[in-house]
Amino acid sequence: MRVIAIFKRVLREMLRDKRTLALMFIAPLFILTLMFFLFNTSSDTVAKIGVSNVDTTVVKAIKNKHVKIQHYGTQATAKDQVREDNLAAFIKQRRGKLTVTYQNSQPGDSALVRQALQDGLTKIKVQALVAATQTQKKALQQQAKVLKTLVAQQQQLAAARGTSQTGAPMTKSQQTHVSAPTNYQVTSHYLYGSADSTFFDTFLPILLGFFVFFFVFLISGISLLNERTTGTLTRLLATPIRRGEIITGYLMGYGLFALIQTVITVTFALTVFQIHMIGSVWLILLINFLLALVALSMGIFVSTFANSEFQMMQFIPILVIPQVFFSGLIPVDQMANWLQWIAHIFPLYYGGNALMNVATRGVGLSGIAFELIVLVLFATLFTTLNVVGMKRYRRV
Amino acid sequence: MVATTIDVRDVAKSFGSNPVLKQINLRLPAGQIMGLIGPSGAGKTTLVKAILGMEKVDAGTTTVLGTQMPNRQVMQRIGYMAQSDALYEDLTARENIRFFAELMSVPKPQLAGAIDHVAQVVNLTDALDRRVAAYSGGMKRRLSLAIALVQDPELLILDEPTVGIDPELRQQIWAELYQLKAQGKAVLVTTHVMDEAERCDYLMLIREGIALAQGTPQQLEQDYAVSTIEQVFLKAGRLQDESHSDL
Repeated sequence: MRVIAIFKRVLREMLRDKRTLALMFIAPLFILTLMFFLFNTSSDTVAKIGVSNVDTTVVKAIKNKHVKIQHYGTQATAKDQVREDNLAAFIKQRRGKLTVTYQNSQPGDSALVRQALQDGLTKIKVQALVAATQTQKKALQQQAKVLKTLVAQQQQLAAARGTSQTGAPMTKSQQTHVSAPTNYQVTSHYLYGSADSTFFDTFLPILLGFFVFFFVFLISGISLLNERTTGTLTRLLATPIRRGEIITGYLMGYGLFALIQTVITVTFALTVFQIHMIGSVWLILLINFLLALVALSMGIFVSTFANSEFQMMQFIPILVIPQVFFSGLIPVDQMANWLQWIAHIFPLYYGGNALMNVATRGVGLSGIAFELIVLVLFATLFTTLNVVGMKRYRRV
Repeated sequence: MVATTIDVRDVAKSFGSNPVLKQINLRLPAGQIMGLIGPSGAGKTTLVKAILGMEKVDAGTTTVLGTQMPNRQVMQRIGYMAQSDALYEDLTARENIRFFAELMSVPKPQLAGAIDHVAQVVNLTDALDRRVAAYSGGMKRRLSLAIALVQDPELLILDEPTVGIDPELRQQIWAELYQLKAQGKAVLVTTHVMDEAERCDYLMLIREGIALAQGTPQQLEQDYAVSTIEQVFLKAGRLQDESHSDL
């Protein structure tokens, strides 16, 4: 009953505070939209390459939809042209040697040029190889013909002599087959997502988890901080309420908002951006709810070390930002060993993992059970600390 | 024999090396209004919190309504008004009262009636559905009092209840306190308004954590051979300072 009273109060206060409500529900959509366009347009980027005195075969080979070729005279120098025309790279040829100068202020552009160059040179090599094979084939065929006539002549000779034994090994060479160069055709299948999968698809689930974590952490932490600084917490503890009931009421109230937030962002992402989500939406909601509980209990715990809203904000760079790095946005298994260990102390590492597994790999409940248990343990740990910590205000 | 609502025995408390309460003894029978008077920083609020079981004491015991504190269940029978208005500013006055009433387990059928009643006592009926953020200081004080009264407690502990309240309303509040007293309820009031002290049945002067004097207002005036409580207060303080300088 008292829990319900706290729960209702948290809801009511939230609903009154329209700005915070907007922050919680609309800000994620805004950020998502922004990221959607940021990451989806990046695939259409075109890097400008200046070429000077480069063989046409090479230029043709390099050309793809991600690069634009601009021709310059032999006198053009890399430095000047790159600066003047804002080229991503400048290629100059002297006899058989290609010199590439990258602008390199945008690593992404440099990568595009490198890729195009590599692809182009490989193409040329393959063409050369094919050409060489074909000439070899012709030569072989010619030899085979010569052999055949030779054999025929020998057979005639042998027939004339009445012995045909010597002809046997020779006939084998007749069957010598010159196989045509294999033309590899690549067909790609995507295990998860599709050829249209973007950065955005893969990271959306993690972003969802992060939003929930961030907003719930901040709002609940500040809310309890206010409760403490305005004296209402002391006032609350002058009633027969249990310390655990206060925390539970908070968990329920903010947990509900976290759920609504997740539903809104997931629905938005699925309908507006047509994101591929393989796994169950219910599991996504469950993970986010657990993340919210962790964020909430952590926020409340941390708020006891802050004396003002500003001091609460100071925990963001310490406790929230590092979690982003370990949430799976940067692949954790490629990190240095000691960093991988650090990753394991962050709740968002488990949350991100679980979300990614469900959303992009369609993993079921049993596959993420470990992560869910860890999240529950985090929430339990901080909730216990909170309940014990409130003893400062009332001993029972 | 009248039941004892508050029984404080030899309570001492210090914050670090700074003693706030020394050897405090206090007994409040039902049906009495007791005034705790003293300058700010005297330890009044600390004593009140010790009685409520919200402050850990270093020595001594406090018993409220026959139960040794701290005790969660007894809280339900105490109406407490804190020195600072602890209210939810985003909520309306009605929602604030209702919230605390729910925490105090006021039965649902009586809830609406109880809210209307206490609002009337503190004269906030018309402003009941306004948000507390729009309240004046005096209105917030009155709302805090209404919250303390809502569960019809046997014991009221009011920490500076009449700060920022105009004289007319103060009369009204005191009339309500007398009425509660007539119902056999006990009231503990801290104040530094001396004319309020005169209205109490029993007074305790507290200064620098020490209970300087206690008794009925008349008794105290006689003991110190002065005509007002204000003079009692000043004289007791002077005597305390002199005894300090003697040491």
